[in-house]
Amino acid sequence: MSMAAPSESSNAGLGLQQRRPHALGERFISILLMTAAALSVVTTFAIVLSLAGDTVAFFREVSVIEYLTGTLWTPLFSNPRFGIWPLITATFMTSAIAMLVAVPFGLAIAVYLSEFASLRARSLIKPLLEVLAGIPTVVYGYFALTAVTPFLRGFIPEIKSFNSLSAGLVMGVMIIPIVASLTEDAFNAVPRGLREGAYGLGAMRHEVALRVVFPAALSGVAAALLLALSRAVGETMIVALAAGQNPTFTLDPLVPVSTMTAYIVQVSLGDTPYGSIGYKTIFAVGATLFIITFAINFGSTLIVRRFRERYD
Amino acid sequence: MATSEIRRNFAPAEDMSFDAIQGSRRLKGMLLVAFSILALAVGVGMVLTLLIDVLVRGLPWLDWQFLTSFDSRFPERAGILAAMVGTALTIVITVIVSLPVGIMSAIYLEEYARDNWFTRLIEINIANLAAVPSIIYGLLGLAVFVRFFGLNRSILAGGLTLALLVLPIIIVVSREAIRSVPNGIRQAAYGIGATQWQTVWHQVLPVALPGILTGNILAASRAIGETAPLVTLGALTFIPFLPKDLLDRFTVLPIVIFNWSSKPQREFHDVAAAAIIVLLGILLLINLLAIVLRQRLRKQF
Repeated sequence: MSMAAPSESSNAGLGLQQRRPHALGERFISILLMTAAALSVVTTFAIVLSLAGDTVAFFREVSVIEYLTGTLWTPLFSNPRFGIWPLITATFMTSAIAMLVAVPFGLAIAVYLSEFASLRARSLIKPLLEVLAGIPTVVYGYFALTAVTPFLRGFIPEIKSFNSLSAGLVMGVMIIPIVASLTEDAFNAVPRGLREGAYGLGAMRHEVALRVVFPAALSGVAAALLLALSRAVGETMIVALAAGQNPTFTLDPLVPVSTMTAYIVQVSLGDTPYGSIGYKTIFAVGATLFIITFAINFGSTLIVRRFRERYD
Repeated sequence: MATSEIRRNFAPAEDMSFDAIQGSRRLKGMLLVAFSILALAVGVGMVLTLLIDVLVRGLPWLDWQFLTSFDSRFPERAGILAAMVGTALTIVITVIVSLPVGIMSAIYLEEYARDNWFTRLIEINIANLAAVPSIIYGLLGLAVFVRFFGLNRSILAGGLTLALLVLPIIIVVSREAIRSVPNGIRQAAYGIGATQWQTVWHQVLPVALPGILTGNILAASRAIGETAPLVTLGALTFIPFLPKDLLDRFTVLPIVIFNWSSKPQREFHDVAAAAIIVLLGILLLINLLAIVLRQRLRKQF
C-alpha cells in the first residue's frame, strides 16, 4: 500500500508532470478493486458450470423423461430408478408446513414492530430476532429430532421417528425472523403520509396497519415471502436430521421422506466414488434445486420491479 | 365534531350503537396485538425450550475430558478436540480469503463504480448469490476446489468454499458501512488534493472500519454454524486425529453435532447437546465481541 499512499512531503513542490507514476498507481488500484468485485460474477459462473458438468454426464445415462416424470427414486439400488418426484414432494411438503408457521407469525411480528411497538419494545425485540436467526440450523435439526418429534408423539401416536411435520414446524420457527425482518422493511418503506392521512380520518392503529400499510406494502411482502420460501426449499440440516432419508412419493406428513437437500447429504456421507452414477445424481439434484430456488428468487425480484407502488 | 354528529355520519348499522362499534374496533386491535405477542412468544418460547433442553442434557457431559478427547464409538469417551481444531482452522482460512476480497469489492462498488451495465450485473449477481442455498456451495466446492484444483477433501477446500459462501454477506455489510461515511469527509480530502485512493485509504476506511469489522464478525459466525456445504464437500464425521497440515482431512463442530444427533443411542444425543453448548457458547462470545467493538470504535458525526 506504500506505493498507493506516498507521504505528502514527497509530492510537495513537484510539478504535475512528475506525479504521473502516481496516476499509474491509482489506475492499478482501481483495476485491482474491480477484479475483486468481478470475482462474485466468476462465482456464479463456477456454480452453473460445476452443476452443469456432472448433470450433463448424468443425463447421458438417465433419460430426462424418466427423471422428470418418475415417482420412484432408488439410484443406489441394484435396480436403480431415477424419478425426481419423491424428492420434490418432500421438499415442498416440509417447506409448505414451514411457511404455514412462519407466514402468519412472521407477518404479525412485522406488523407489531412497524405499527405498534414503542422504541423500547423495538430495541428489545429486534436483537431477540437476530439471536433466533443466528442459531445454526443443525441445532434446530437436533431439536426437531430429539424433542419435537417425541413431543408430537404425545398427540399423534402413529407419527414416525422421522417425519416432515416436525421438520417443517421447526423450520417454520427458524424462518419466522427472516419473514419478520424482510416484511418489516417493506412496511417501513410505506410513506408516513399515508398513515397520517388514515389517522386523520379517525382510523385506529390496527386499521391503519391492515387496511392502509399492508395493501401499500403488498408487493414487498410478496417478495419477502418468496425469499423466505426459497430459504425453506434450500434448507438442509433440519430436514436431513428430522425428516429422514427415505425417498417416498407421499404427502403424508407423518412418515419418513427425503428432500432434495437431504438426499445430497445422504450421498455425501456415504463413500461414493467420483464418476459413479450416485456421485452424478447429487449434481443433477443440486442443479434441480438451484433452478427451483433461482426461479423463486427471480419471481421475487420481478414482483418488486413490476408491482411496486411508487409514492415519489 | 360533536359526538352526535359523528354518530349520525359514521355509525353505519342502525342496530349497533356507536359504543358497540367502537368496542368491536378496539377488540379487533387488541386481538391483532395479542396475536403478534403470541407469535413472538412461540418463537422465543421454542428457542428457550431448546436452550434449556440442551443445557439439561448436555451440561453433565461437558467436562475437560470432552473438550480434549477425540471422537469415539463410546459416548462417555467421545470428545470434540478434532472438531474444534477443524472449525478454527477452517474459519481462519475463510476469513483470510473472504475479508480482503469482500472489502475490496465493497470499496469498488461504493467509491469507484460508475452506474453502468457492469456495475448493475455485479449488484444483481451478489443479490442472487446471497439467496443460493448453502448446500449448492458445497457442490461448487466439490467440483472446483476438491476435484478441479485437486485440494482433496481438505481444510483448505472447506475454508475456500465457506469464503465464497460468506462473500456476498461481507460485501453487503461492508458497503453499508462505507456508505454511512459522511460525504463531507471525502470532499475535504479531495479539497486538499488527495487522490481517490488516498481519500479511501486514509479517510473513508478508518471511519467505516467499526461497521465493517462488526459485519464481518457476524458473517464469520454464520460460517462457523454452516454444516451442509462441508458435509457435501466430504468433510468427515469421524476423525480420531489432529490435522497435520491444511491439506489434511477434517471435521467441524456442526458436523459432529449432526453425526451424534443422527445416531440411535440416547447417550449420543446427550453428547450432541454438550457439543451444541460449546458451539452456541462460541457464537455468543463472537457476537458479544462484535457488540463491544461496535460500541468502542463508533464515531459520531
